[in-house]
Amino acid sequence: MLVEIDNLRISFATPSGVEHAVRGVSLELGQEKLGIVGESGSGKSLTARAILRLLPSAAQVSADRLRFDGIDILAAPENVLRGIRGRRAGLILQDPKYSLNPVMTVGRQIAEAWRVHKGGSRRVAAQAAVDLLEQVRIRGPARVAGLYPHELSGGMGQRVMIAMMLAPDPELLIADEPTSALDATVQAEILRLIDDLVSRRGMGLILISHDLPLVSHFCDRVMVMYAGHVLERLAAGELSRAQHPYTRGLLECLPSLVHPRVRLATLARDPAWLVG
Amino acid sequence: MIEVQELRVRFGETEAVKGVSFRVPPGDSFGIVGESGSGKSTVLRALSGLNPNWTGRMALDGTALGPNRDKSFFRRVQMVFQDPYGSLHPRQTVDRALSEPLLVHGIGNVESRILQALAEVALPESVRFRYPHQLSGGQRQRVAIARALMAEPDVLLLDEPTSALDVSVQAEVLNLLADLQRRRGLTYVLVSHNLAVVAHLCPVVGVMQGGEMVEQISADDLRAGRARHPHTAELRTLSVELEDPEEVVGT
Repeated sequence: MLVEIDNLRISFATPSGVEHAVRGVSLELGQEKLGIVGESGSGKSLTARAILRLLPSAAQVSADRLRFDGIDILAAPENVLRGIRGRRAGLILQDPKYSLNPVMTVGRQIAEAWRVHKGGSRRVAAQAAVDLLEQVRIRGPARVAGLYPHELSGGMGQRVMIAMMLAPDPELLIADEPTSALDATVQAEILRLIDDLVSRRGMGLILISHDLPLVSHFCDRVMVMYAGHVLERLAAGELSRAQHPYTRGLLECLPSLVHPRVRLATLARDPAWLVG
Repeated sequence: MIEVQELRVRFGETEAVKGVSFRVPPGDSFGIVGESGSGKSTVLRALSGLNPNWTGRMALDGTALGPNRDKSFFRRVQMVFQDPYGSLHPRQTVDRALSEPLLVHGIGNVESRILQALAEVALPESVRFRYPHQLSGGQRQRVAIARALMAEPDVLLLDEPTSALDVSVQAEVLNLLADLQRRRGLTYVLVSHNLAVVAHLCPVVGVMQGGEMVEQISADDLRAGRARHPHTAELRTLSVELEDPEEVVGT
């Protein structure tokens, strides 16, 4: 089992009291693809980052169990965590503009990621970088390796991020809204790429998104979060049979090309969901 | 109400808009859909006067528009932008933001108009003296819409008005925009990369690719898969595919 989380709680002290951002979330992940869906403030990103203990210093974290490959994340010292972050578990964020170093060429950054985790000479790393760019289906990888991040389109930037994250051959990939900033055509390509790479390398994937249909398309299982709680867990193909009114609400409020409606259904938020 | 003929916009060496033409009858909605870089926002910015460097012909209600716009134009045409964080002044309360168009255009009855505007966009009176950072994204966008309506315009130019919002909030804002249009007889030009959103509000959609409007299609034809241009078909397939993985309708 790659990831085991039991009763994860994350809270923040604010001037107006304690803010409970994650309220008793549990999940298990093997070599499979899990989608975590929720709106802003649902706690989905915090939950995923807790696995790598990449939370803001103000966060108060507790859990009955928080393990990566059997390693107790909350108890582990920094050097153990460093061995997990990047090397065994990668994290891709929404906007490559903010994750890539703007003053280094793309090839150098990927090579750096390679060398940090795998060692080896600069030349070997540079060649590995070009190979990785090819694996993420960038055309003309040797030329692109010499480009700077600002010279790349959004889709290419994300491919570069994926290449960087895959350099150390991790076992788990956490993708936090990896395509929200991308166009529809590019979005589909990037997700197919992630899907393909994860399957071929036998990795686990946690895909975080606010887009329920999208996530169900690319994951095996889906977890729906709201206000720090898990409201529903579904197999990806069973979306249409979702039971929880929030999940149904999320599906039904989407404008549809195929099933047009004069008025979109809106979510009536039940305060009972806050207690979960 | 709006007429655009052979609009061309150039940024340095690059032609971002290559001869786009369309017209929008009064009270109608025209959607412009396309990917990043297709030129759709540039068209809107030229129309709104945010970009004076264009060639071609544009007219509002029969009157030709020049490179710059005057106050009387903004009395009739207002814009709502994508980023609810960026379009409101962070140091102005909602009340201040809503009173500004009234001051600029010399419209009286400030107090009652502000209260009416808040009611119309379904915002509680309690937000009136709050600052943008104290509001949610959806509330901010409602303030942006309310502000756009203060001058009692005939036309709203909407640039990705719901792209930054959660889907549940998007549904509320789209319903609001539909209601407002019905109630006030507004003309909309709506730009979005989201085909489902555009087709929901607009009976006619212009598809842009690489600076050109490659097709103008009715929402009905779009839904039925009667697209003529391959890019339209491609966008439609993607939208339909993601909607319901089990139901991929061929074109």
